[in-house]
Amino acid sequence: MKTPDLLELAARNLRESILRNSLTTLGIGVGVASLVAMLSLGVGLQQLATKRLERTGLFDTVMVSRRDFGGFGARGRTAATSDNIRALDETARQEIAKLPGVLEAVPDLRMMTQMRFNDKPHSTLVAALPMSARDREAFENIQGKFFSSGTAAEAIVQRHFAEELLGLAPGADEAANTSGPSPELQPLLGKELVMYYAERVPATNPANGKPGGQSSSPRLPENSKPTAGPAQAGGMNAGADALLTSFSVVPHTRALRIVGIIADDPDTLRGMGRARAFVPLDFAQGLQIMMPSDLRDGEGLGGRTYTQLSVRVQNSRDVPRVEDAIHRMGLGAFSLLDASRNLQRFFTVLDLFLGIFGSLALAVASLGIINTLVMAILERRREIGILKALGASDSDVKMLFFAEAGAMGIVGGLLGVGLGWMIGKVINTATNIYLHRQNLPSETFWSVPWWLVLGALGFSLVVSLLSGLYPAARAARLDPVKALRYE
Amino acid sequence: MTVPAPTESGTILTRDICRHHTMGTSVIHAVDGISFSVQGGEFIALLGSSGSGKSSLLNLIAGLDRPTSGDVQVEGRSLAELSSEELARFRRHSVGIVFQAFNLVPSMTVAENVELPLRLAETERSERAGRVREALARVGLSERLGHRPGELSGGEQQRVALARALVNSPRILLADEPTGNLDSHTGMDIMELIGDCNARLGMTVLLVTHERALAERYARRMLFLADGKLVAGQAYPPVGAGRAGQ
Repeated sequence: MKTPDLLELAARNLRESILRNSLTTLGIGVGVASLVAMLSLGVGLQQLATKRLERTGLFDTVMVSRRDFGGFGARGRTAATSDNIRALDETARQEIAKLPGVLEAVPDLRMMTQMRFNDKPHSTLVAALPMSARDREAFENIQGKFFSSGTAAEAIVQRHFAEELLGLAPGADEAANTSGPSPELQPLLGKELVMYYAERVPATNPANGKPGGQSSSPRLPENSKPTAGPAQAGGMNAGADALLTSFSVVPHTRALRIVGIIADDPDTLRGMGRARAFVPLDFAQGLQIMMPSDLRDGEGLGGRTYTQLSVRVQNSRDVPRVEDAIHRMGLGAFSLLDASRNLQRFFTVLDLFLGIFGSLALAVASLGIINTLVMAILERRREIGILKALGASDSDVKMLFFAEAGAMGIVGGLLGVGLGWMIGKVINTATNIYLHRQNLPSETFWSVPWWLVLGALGFSLVVSLLSGLYPAARAARLDPVKALRYE
Repeated sequence: MTVPAPTESGTILTRDICRHHTMGTSVIHAVDGISFSVQGGEFIALLGSSGSGKSSLLNLIAGLDRPTSGDVQVEGRSLAELSSEELARFRRHSVGIVFQAFNLVPSMTVAENVELPLRLAETERSERAGRVREALARVGLSERLGHRPGELSGGEQQRVALARALVNSPRILLADEPTGNLDSHTGMDIMELIGDCNARLGMTVLLVTHERALAERYARRMLFLADGKLVAGQAYPPVGAGRAGQ
């Protein structure tokens, strides 16, 4: 029998017992809906977690340091010898920045400073941030705004530091436990914060302080060099001459305008500790702040070296490749990709369990299909006999029952996908109403990707066809003589 | 006795055919060693009382059942050698069957019932409507295409069944008590139609009946069965028997 005829006959047979078949199809629909709802929540939670993690910048980032000193990665440490250690300098940074898949390679500048606000000193760790940090999760609910430019003398402060600056008790502001803006901290925005820091100045280039509130430090061009400096990318093998290079450490102040307040440190898991104030990276680099690496590397101003670089890649999949390339360059590299993989593994297992629980309802529905089709065989026993007498083969009869099972599966699958979508939407909406009442921002916990829709439909069809196996085989085996005698 | 070898279309030959059923410890010999042959275009009546094995024999010839032993050859092909799928194809194209109980699908209209063998034979959709109308016109039911079997009289239902049996233009028509559920007048109408198929279309007709009068009126040869055996009648066609109208 041709497929269109087969389908037409199957549809006709299904219409004959419309109530029973509709209820069976509804059962499949509920089963598929349960599966879709469960998996859509699992997928939604995975996407939410992945998005959140991606926005932290932790999983698309490779941290780079020298191999010998605070270097990352077992491979780097074990392979480090005095001969192959490479300096983490500007040349290395540029080389890393040119690697395929790398978006940016920025120095991780963190320094302990004293901040003065209303003439009161406050010690804190200050971190420099690139402008690309604007997209990170920590700045999602910033009170105020992000830096106006990379060179702006502006600061963003962490909420607890802001409380300290204003003399408020920790957590005193109303929004301390939420991500919303705090009215108590609002007066801080636009105020001036004075940063005290140590500037390194080449000994051959005498300091010449600048008057006014901008800065009292000597301004050196980025590429300035000491007259008798060592080779730019010399590293540890620069020789004894390099050690002769000297620089002065000059205390300076710089006025910063507070432009934003954030709840969290955007680099919580990076650096030696939590920074409580943040300045633009280009601005910080222009200050020639004395860094620990200046002493450690012994190169003075002969070439800028960094304690650590933060390398952002286009996709977390690129991380291992970039990490390997950096290792090959003689530098240490470390990423949190393993943690990301564990997270993926966790969600895969979670989705699997959710899928299994969701499939239980579909398994029950499949029993409904078997029951319905077996009933149909009993009811249509004579009709099957007629079909066989007219020339229907066993496979024609089998395919007819398969088509009926498949039709119930597809219709039930479509119904289930729609129902599951609605259930997920309702759960998402209800959860967001609850979050809203708790003064928490809305989130999307639920996602129905196209593969889930197609997968659910396919699964529904396969389960239905498998359920139709026994009834179809039983119908095909019917003896036409006995079937025609059946009353 | 020399068994003539049928070579024409519509020929039937049975050789010592048996069909035994086991019920518990007893064995029922529904058909017990029957041999006969039918030439193409012949009109044969199988007569016998209820339980004599007429319908069982018809089922074996129709390929609906397989013999316990012996052989059935239709148009020179041994049905015992055919697979289940080949038997289905044989029923689809070579034979048309009319039952005493009409056996129409109640949920289908008259036209849909008649179209069913065409669907099974994978006839093109465009061709079907014409053939259905033609078959129904032959039995005088052109006006009842959209009716369901439940809306028709017994005679009309049997006409539909006959149209359905004829729609694929089979060479053999097997009629199992086609008038058994009809009054005598309606029964005669149906028999006229069956006789017409034999006379005009040259179809081989094997009529199972227990009404001797009907058999004598329409069949050229009668075979009598009792307890599954052929007890009387001419098992093989006389010389010159064959195509209707010849």
